[in-house]
Amino acid sequence: MQTQTNALTITDLTVAYKDKPVLWDIDLEAPAGILMAIVGPNGAGKTTLIKAVLGLVKAAAGQVQIYGRAYHEQRKLVGYVPQRGSVDWDFPTDVQDVVMMGQYGQLGWLKRPGKAEKAMAQDALEKVGMAAFSQRQISQLSGGQQQRVFLARALAQNAQIYLMDEPFQGVDATTEKAIVALLQTLRAAGKTVIVVHHDLQTVPEYFDWVTLLNVRRIASGPVSEVFTEENLRLTYGGRVAFLATNGNV
Amino acid sequence: MSQPQIEIQLIAAVVAAACALPGTFLVLRHMAMMSDAISHTVLLGIVLAFFVVGELGHPLLMLGAAVVGLLTVSLVELLNKTRLVKEDAAIGLVFPALFSLAIILISVYARNVHLDQHTVFQGDLAFAPFERAIVMGIDWGPRTFVVMSVILLLNLLLIVLFYKELKLATFDTGLAAALGFSPALIHYGLMGMVSVTAVGAFDAVGSILVIALMIVPPATAYLLTNRLPYLLALSVLVGAVGGVSGYWVARALDTNIGGAMVMMLGVLFGLAFLFSPQRGLVARARQQQQQKWRFAETMLTIHLLNHEGQPEYAEECRVDHLIYHLRWPPEFATKVVQRAVRNALVVRQNGHLLLTDAGRVWANTAVIN
Repeated sequence: MQTQTNALTITDLTVAYKDKPVLWDIDLEAPAGILMAIVGPNGAGKTTLIKAVLGLVKAAAGQVQIYGRAYHEQRKLVGYVPQRGSVDWDFPTDVQDVVMMGQYGQLGWLKRPGKAEKAMAQDALEKVGMAAFSQRQISQLSGGQQQRVFLARALAQNAQIYLMDEPFQGVDATTEKAIVALLQTLRAAGKTVIVVHHDLQTVPEYFDWVTLLNVRRIASGPVSEVFTEENLRLTYGGRVAFLATNGNV
Repeated sequence: MSQPQIEIQLIAAVVAAACALPGTFLVLRHMAMMSDAISHTVLLGIVLAFFVVGELGHPLLMLGAAVVGLLTVSLVELLNKTRLVKEDAAIGLVFPALFSLAIILISVYARNVHLDQHTVFQGDLAFAPFERAIVMGIDWGPRTFVVMSVILLLNLLLIVLFYKELKLATFDTGLAAALGFSPALIHYGLMGMVSVTAVGAFDAVGSILVIALMIVPPATAYLLTNRLPYLLALSVLVGAVGGVSGYWVARALDTNIGGAMVMMLGVLFGLAFLFSPQRGLVARARQQQQQKWRFAETMLTIHLLNHEGQPEYAEECRVDHLIYHLRWPPEFATKVVQRAVRNALVVRQNGHLLLTDAGRVWANTAVIN
């Protein structure tokens, strides 16, 4: 695994709120071109892990590398889909404007988005099936549509590695399938996609890699190798017996 | 109109416009009360800077005010971060502390200076035209007008230049940080803008009314548009209209101009609150009424659809039967039927109701959804 540069390498990452550790000494390697789920119980530190990669929370120790270099040198390679509930959807703007925000990083300070950015935003909206909504006020979107807009915004970042915080949260089955198809397209194009995920049942179907997290990293690797009943029990305690009977693991 | 009259109106408009610009972002960031805190605590900066330079109207006073404004924001955040105090309570702790310190310093050391309580609370627009800004021997107009024009242009320039960054950091702080636009820098830049504007507006309307000039115009504009550029422009317009009309109200009632300005802003907000085409109370009530009728019409079509082609249809689709079956009051049932007929969802035939094709489609769509 060391011969080729990983898309994401996390070494000895510890994040704490005061003296209470949220993430303890996390090691993680994500080779390029995988679709990885991060699963774990509530309070396991899944969101914190993503935020720590992006430098949004301060690490007490450890380091994060994107394609072998620190995040702040590689911002343009990383696309981010935050939780839908993290923003105020009554903000006075439309769908196209939100999607164009994905390109602000490429533009840098002071430079304004123009025709090229608009075209890229429209292109991204098309990929998530929201092309007809570009002039729609964002407060009028349903939960699933908000999620698609956030995905389109990440696509507009035109990144190599995507970090997504619960993109399936509160969306209907049709939207979920559409999002999964989109993630698989990204992987097919050689991108790396890392997704905080809640539904254990769909992990083997949607993802090829998985990280089991509960403050510490319990296991990380290809789904076929590490998504075992033993590891799930270590992650969740004794509450995953139903999986064994389902024949998924 | 005499020249002082025109000048007072110009000052009122410029002060209100300058406040409305940073105020728009305060409202969008749910930080309205921070403007209350800053507009009071900047007094401490003015007093401290006054002790250093020894005269009012020195540019250094503005700097002192801006520094204390930023200090206010960071103290509130520091307190909030301890998690022992919530943000609203933190504002309530920090601003009276700094403000009272300023009041004590004034009353002990600067009793004879024109920094009295009247100015602090109300400002004095009526006398503003008599204080001239004379630079290089030229009279550039009333001092407040010149100062506020500069602040207005500065605010405008900063917002135009950093529009994209302000918008992103306001809408999605996380993404702003991830993309490398320091939200903290943008935050403190905005707070600096609020502080400087508050000090400039201070002379004209006093510290208490500054908050109204910052918050009421954007809150009004927010009811009228859902695009950020229009929101900014409308806020400025509302502020200016409130400023000028306030002057005339004050004249008519022979009262304090700042107070009348804010009263007029309140009136403008009230009008938007009631009559905004999409979000006003009146429009909402009308929408709800319409929904109620629409829903009743849908119920009627579904009822007819359910019984269509069945033996009891002749019974079920009689108008007087609806009253019994759907338990509708007779008047209501008659009105619903009238509306449904007018909208071509049903037709009346010998006292019976029959679904039209459109009515059938309507009912089917409603059932599927």
